[in-house]
Order: sequence, then structure tokens, then C-alpha cells
Amino acid sequence: MRIICPIKRVPDTAADKKIDATDNTVDRDGSEPVLNANDEWSIEEAMRIKERDGAEVIVLCMGPEAAQTTIRKALSYGLDGAIHVNDEGVAGSDAVGTARVLAAALADEEFDLIIMGNQSSDARTMLVPAMLAEFLDLPALTYAKKLDVADGTATVQREMPSGHQVVEAPLPAVVSVVEAINEPRYPSFKGIMAAKSKPVATPDLAALGVDAGEVGLGGAWTQVDEITPKPPKEAGEKVSDDGSGNLGAQAVAEFLTKQKLL
Amino acid sequence: MSDVHLTDEQRQLLDLVGDVARERFAPRAAEDEAKSRFPRDALAHLGSLDLAGLPFGSEHGGGGQPYGVYLRVLEEVARAHVVVALSLSVHTLATWAVASYAGDALAAEVLPRLTAGEWLGAYCLSEEGSGSDAAALTTRAEREGEVYVLNGTKAWVTHAGEADCYVVMVRTGEHKSRGVSTLLVPADTPGISFPPRERKMGMAASPTGQVVFTDARVPVANRLGDEGEGFRIALAALDGGRLGIAACAVGLAQCALDHAVGYAGQRQQFGRPIGQFQGVAFMLADMATGVEAARALYREAAARRDAGEPHGQHASMAKLFATDTAMRVTTDAVQVYGGYGYTTDYPVERLMREAKVMQIFEGTNQIQRVVISRGLLGSCSAATTA
Repeated sequence: MRIICPIKRVPDTAADKKIDATDNTVDRDGSEPVLNANDEWSIEEAMRIKERDGAEVIVLCMGPEAAQTTIRKALSYGLDGAIHVNDEGVAGSDAVGTARVLAAALADEEFDLIIMGNQSSDARTMLVPAMLAEFLDLPALTYAKKLDVADGTATVQREMPSGHQVVEAPLPAVVSVVEAINEPRYPSFKGIMAAKSKPVATPDLAALGVDAGEVGLGGAWTQVDEITPKPPKEAGEKVSDDGSGNLGAQAVAEFLTKQKLL
Repeated sequence: MSDVHLTDEQRQLLDLVGDVARERFAPRAAEDEAKSRFPRDALAHLGSLDLAGLPFGSEHGGGGQPYGVYLRVLEEVARAHVVVALSLSVHTLATWAVASYAGDALAAEVLPRLTAGEWLGAYCLSEEGSGSDAAALTTRAEREGEVYVLNGTKAWVTHAGEADCYVVMVRTGEHKSRGVSTLLVPADTPGISFPPRERKMGMAASPTGQVVFTDARVPVANRLGDEGEGFRIALAALDGGRLGIAACAVGLAQCALDHAVGYAGQRQQFGRPIGQFQGVAFMLADMATGVEAARALYREAAARRDAGEPHGQHASMAKLFATDTAMRVTTDAVQVYGGYGYTTDYPVERLMREAKVMQIFEGTNQIQRVVISRGLLGSCSAATTA
């Protein structure tokens, strides 16, 4: 079995995000970039399949030269190698452009499964898994909170607001995963040391046959016209209780009722 | 403190340890202490991440890392849960004796288990009547053919009853220091027993107790080094052990400082955070300066060790200064918290109790001064003990 794990280098989720005012894209130099948290779940799921059934697991990442550190981090979990689409021309790509590049990178690759996080913590469009499946003409099993792979079939529990659907597809397929699917491991020290010697292919857009005009900020189908920061939190309403009765509890209950929460 | 000369992999290692310590160890420190619960599983977790044998060679499963990196790891763990860090330090102390002095067959059998954290090590030097005067030990090992027969009682042993193997200093000859040998004793050796553990002021999660040998038979092949070389091995092991304690003390002090700074910024009196009063702010400044100086001292001693230079005196200086600093910083942290700091609802009183024993174990801070002054004065020193 060969599994592809697309990953993304994102700004630190704990840091304040800064926007580049000239083109309304995220300023990626504004904070220490990290591996997208959702990708830790997809990597963990791929590693569990590798440990159980044996598999070669390959990282796929689109990004600048600096994305190497994120790729090494992903490899430190025990993955086998990486494809790094290393081309400044991809900067500013929207979901369609991203999916187009990832699909092009996989056009000549043999694989059985693509497992990826359901969203990135910076853009949060949740579109790329389904678009990648569309470009590759593969079935998409999205929002998986459980994944079973057996006899050439992937079966997932697809997370829904009020339960889950059970969906299956023949391999190869694209699976996107949500937080509930597993508890990701920590990389081991030997994993960190081994990561630096894992093979990383670094094709550029030309090598993949991608028309540079179709990707990046210039080729984006969508553009961000305006950005408004979230208004600061309003001061809350204070409820006091002098201890002589249940007036405090009553006020809280009334407030919750007014908000239609009770 | 800057770490400009670390490799990318070493930085990732420290990030990893920081994540594990913050997410897995810190949340359980108070409860482990309250329940006197030894966090053996935390050690196993470190082992599963290849962190239980960092300063040892890769041929026996170690991480091949310089001592300076291993000590940074200890500091990071101690900042979250000092008992886990102390345990790793003692484990490393015992493993060092095996890695440095075991014969090939014994090393091949035991070292991979120790460096993987599958086995937990312990170190037995002190006895009831020989603490600072360590060479006065009386536990005897009588040779009978290819075995030693052990009788006697070791005291103050960290991991007593929990370890899988014990590095034990025993008397094989009459000369006070040159009559000592070192044996590796597996925990399942018949004739070894463990009385109830000590009840302590702090570090209750760390088991401390006696190890009793009653006609315990240990193969001669389990001897580390030559017969009569044991006291030298014991002292050399302590050079590394004292650096470990220094790093643990810096982590503990940093933890107390972190809490004190957080509290001083949030606790309001007279209409403003108490950190805005000079009386508190200057205390925090002195605490931070002490922590940073102690950190610099252990790292300098580690750099000497990694460069193959003599470092015993510097290890003693680092242990002395770092543990005295930890005592002062944790005490001041309680002061910053005021009455709340004296209650068990807040973590700083525990840190203060944990700091106290660090001035005592692995050589009291008075003994560290003996080592340091002897290095300065040589045989002219008045502070000679043996």
C-alpha cells in the first residue's frame, strides 16, 4: 500500500494572524510557521495503517523553500519520503489552484490512498480535499472520524452535526479526517534524527506541467476584496448574588432563556 | 538564554520535550505528589520517544547526544514535573556506570533495556552510617567462586523497590576507599528486599528507601570495573549526577519563577497588580537573575565535560549554586503569593518543599564546598574528609 499525506505549513495557530495589506493574503512571515494541526491526525492515521498492514507513506507539500522545516517535522513521525512542490509561483493560490498543483504532483505517482486534514487552520475553506479528488477523478470520503481499509475498500464514519454517515469507496480514494479520528503521537527522537535523511523530491511547476498562470495569486478564481477584523469582545453582564437567596441563579437562567440557550 | 550552537535536530528535540512536558507531565505533578504516586509511566513514555538514553552511544540504543543537550532536556522536564526529571537523572546516573564499566556481555544484555527506558536503574552508595563519609560503607560482598554473596543495607536509594536493577557500591576489601567495588544487581535477585519507603517532606512521588541484601548472590560477571575500583566509579558517576541535579534545580526554579511572575501580574492590591510595586518587582528580578546564572553555570560545566576536560569542580559549583538558587527562588515565590502561597491550593509550597532536598542529596552542599575547595587547595585543604 502507498499512502499520500498532503500537508500544509500554516502560521502558528496560537499567534495573532497578520494580513498583508497589499493583497489581503495572510502574512506568512508574521509568526513562526507550524505544521497544520489537522495534518497531525491524517499523519497519525496513515502511520497506524503503516504499522498494522505495512505501507509506504509519502508527504506532499506545496510551498516555498522554507516549507522544508515543516516537511521534516512531518517526516519525523516516521513517514518514508516527501514530494515538495517548491515554486514561488504557487504563493497566493486559492483552493482551486492548490488542488490543481497537488493533483499535478500526483499525476504520475502510484498510490492507494490520500489522507489529509479536513481543513487548514489559516484558510479554513475545507474545499481542497474534495477538489483534489475531483481533479484526480477519485472518490472523496470527507470529514472522516473513523477509517477502515480492507480488501481494496475504504470505509469511513463521516461526521455529521447529529451523528455520522457510514460511507465507503473503492481504492484509490481521498479521505479527509477530523479531530475525533485519533490522538496523534509525538515524534520520537530517533524519528527526528531519521527525518533528515529521508528522500524529498522537489519538482517545480514547470516539471509538473502546470501552467503558472492557472495558479498562485494571479490564477486564483477567488479574490479577497476586503478584510474586517473581528470586533473586540463586548463587556459581559455581571450578575451578583448577596448570598441571601437564589437571585443570582435566577438572573443567569433569565439571561440564558433570553439568548434561547435554555 | 540563547542556544545558537544547537543543531536543527537538537532544537526539534527540545521542542518535543517541551511539548511532552507541558502537555503530559505538568498537569499531573500536583496529584502525583499528593498521592505519593511514582510516575513510572512517564518514564516509560520518555523511553518510547527515545529520551531515556540520550547521552549514551547509539551502539547500545542511546541518542548519542552531548551532555549539554541531555541536561537541557532534564531542565525542560523539571520545569513541568521535577520528580520525573529527578527519576531520569538517577536512571542516567546508574546507566552511566553500566555504559562506562560493564563488560561487553553484560553491557549487551542490559544497556539496550536501560537506554530504551524499558528497565529503570538505581544507584546505591549511602548507608545508615555512611552519608557524606561515603567510603565508610559496610555492605559486604564475599567472593565464592564466580559469585559475590552480599549482606548489608543501602539507604536513601531513589527508586528503591521500583527499579529493575541497582548499581551497588559494596565492600570487597579492608582499605577504606580502595576496598570498594561496584556491582550491578538485578531487582529479581533472591535475597534482596525493600522495607517500606521513607515518608518525606517533599518529593513524595519519588520513592526513597532502603535496599537490604541477605545472602544475595550476584555473578562476578556483574561487577562494573575492577575489584577495588568501586569508590572511584561512584565518585565519577556523581560528577555527572550532580550536573543532572543542577539542571533539575534550574527547571524547578524556573517553574517557581513562571508562577510568581504570572501571579504578580494578576493579583491586585491597592488598585494595581502587585508586580507594579518595587518590593515585589525587585524580588522577581533577583529570582530571574539567579535562575539565569545557575543555568549558565551548569551549561559551562557540561561544555567542559563534553570537551573531555576535567569538570568535577564545576559540576559541584553548578550543583551548589543551582540548588541554593532553587531554594531561594521557591521560597521567594511563596512570598510573592503571600498567604495563598502557603496553602496547598497553589503549587509554590510544593516547589519549596521539593527544592529543600536538592541541597542535601547527591552530596550535601557542604560536601560540594569540600570538593570545590579541595580543587583549589589540593592536599593543603583543611576540608579533607577521608
